[in-house]
Amino acid sequence: MPAEIVATERLGCWYREGCVLEDISFSVNAGDYVGIVGPNGSGKSTLVQALLGLVTIRSGSARLFGEPSDGFSQWSRIGYLPQSLHLKNPNFPATVAETVGLGLLSLKNFPRRLTRIDRELVDEILVSMGIYDIKTKLIGELSGGQQQRVLLARALVNNPELLILDEPTAALDPETRERFYQMIAEINRARGVTVMLVTHDTGVIGQHASKMLYLDKRLLFFGSFEDFCHSPEMSSLFGEHSQHLMCHRH
Amino acid sequence: MNLIEILSYGFIQRALLAGTLIAVLCSVLGVFLVLRRLSLIGDGLAHVTFGSTAIALAFKFYSAASLLVSLPVVLLASLGILKLTEKARLSGDAAIGIVSAFGISTGIMLASVGGGYNVDLLSYLFGNILSISREEVLIAVALFCVVMILLSLFFNDLLAITFNEELARVSGVRTGLINAVLVMLTALSVVLAMKLVGIMLISSLLILPAVSALQLARSFKACIALAALQGCCSVIAGIFVSFLTNLPTSATIVMINLLFFGGACLARRLRTPKNSN
Repeated sequence: MPAEIVATERLGCWYREGCVLEDISFSVNAGDYVGIVGPNGSGKSTLVQALLGLVTIRSGSARLFGEPSDGFSQWSRIGYLPQSLHLKNPNFPATVAETVGLGLLSLKNFPRRLTRIDRELVDEILVSMGIYDIKTKLIGELSGGQQQRVLLARALVNNPELLILDEPTAALDPETRERFYQMIAEINRARGVTVMLVTHDTGVIGQHASKMLYLDKRLLFFGSFEDFCHSPEMSSLFGEHSQHLMCHRH
Repeated sequence: MNLIEILSYGFIQRALLAGTLIAVLCSVLGVFLVLRRLSLIGDGLAHVTFGSTAIALAFKFYSAASLLVSLPVVLLASLGILKLTEKARLSGDAAIGIVSAFGISTGIMLASVGGGYNVDLLSYLFGNILSISREEVLIAVALFCVVMILLSLFFNDLLAITFNEELARVSGVRTGLINAVLVMLTALSVVLAMKLVGIMLISSLLILPAVSALQLARSFKACIALAALQGCCSVIAGIFVSFLTNLPTSATIVMINLLFFGGACLARRLRTPKNSN
């Protein structure tokens, strides 16, 4: 039986404006590729942020690798790619190598210095992601697709067991988006990395994900894409035609 | 008067030593502050320094002793800015504005109660590195060592939160602690810089070397090095030029920094191909 990587029990989050998530219970096992989908404002990003301790869980609980998320400390086991990286300054002077190197800090104790071996690890991941040639470029000079690759390399450089991606393809053109999805699927298959990916694109993620998690403040569906396509609840939610289009787009 | 003669003066030697050390501190910290859009924290803390200096002068603490009174007050104010941002849900600039107003009004009230503005208090407004005492130089050297050691220990954490705070947290960086370290190091540097350029111009010493370096740097470490280099050069040139021309040292240092910034912008423009934005 695969190990449980993520589990939530009756998790709830709310802001001043009101409830964002309510009564969310699910578990993700090692090797799963979970697509988190739902309409705008359904709480998808809040869910992953709550798992990572970036948003306060107001009710219920979440566990990562068996440890409560509010006191979680095993950050080296996690790689994270946020929704969109708002560099406060587009001229941010970090090179691609410096940016990716920051992903290794989770493996370090104080003082977190990077060694020659760390720099070799950075080179290795840059080669494997096909971006070694832009190693010395500044992050702000790259295209959206290249930036996402660099940030994915940053999330993967510490060799995580769980990769959490929050709408990683939102700013990408369709061709780059498809390549990105293939790359994530390959990371899931070849490295056995558990993936949780937030997206709007239910049809595309269904191609790759082993499980679908459909949210709309509450958990409306959690199971395989096949079950998702045959679920009467999803059918009544989307309408049969839309569900058919979503499930048979490819 | 030749260079050797100028350098033979004790007050010039003290000014050059303390000035370059303070400039390096401010320039390096300035890179982090500018990128985090906290540039004006220098101004806010400088105003608190004004208030704390008024307290020191009211109790007849002068020169190095006034620095020792200012240090804890400004350190506390720096943490106050952070707390206001976190707890009162204020943006950074609003929190800086509140602490700044508190500092300057404390200074004005104390100056008024103490018999009006005096020469001592006004000298802190505009700085005078040429009048720096031996004890103040020793304090500057000691604080320079403390700040540089802490900066080197926390360098990657500071870079991580500057790049993206959310990502830093998920890399296990204790962002609250690192933010506190950054503002406290800034507070120490601001207190020292008060003697170099005065309360009115401290923020320029934090901002100008950093923004010039950002025009040209091709890596983060290069950015830090370029900013420190500009800070040093501007202080050394500023002290000599002001000595020879009898202009105020603080304003001369700032004007030289502005020239460097103009040069950096021009160099960037020349380096960037015409068809790119």
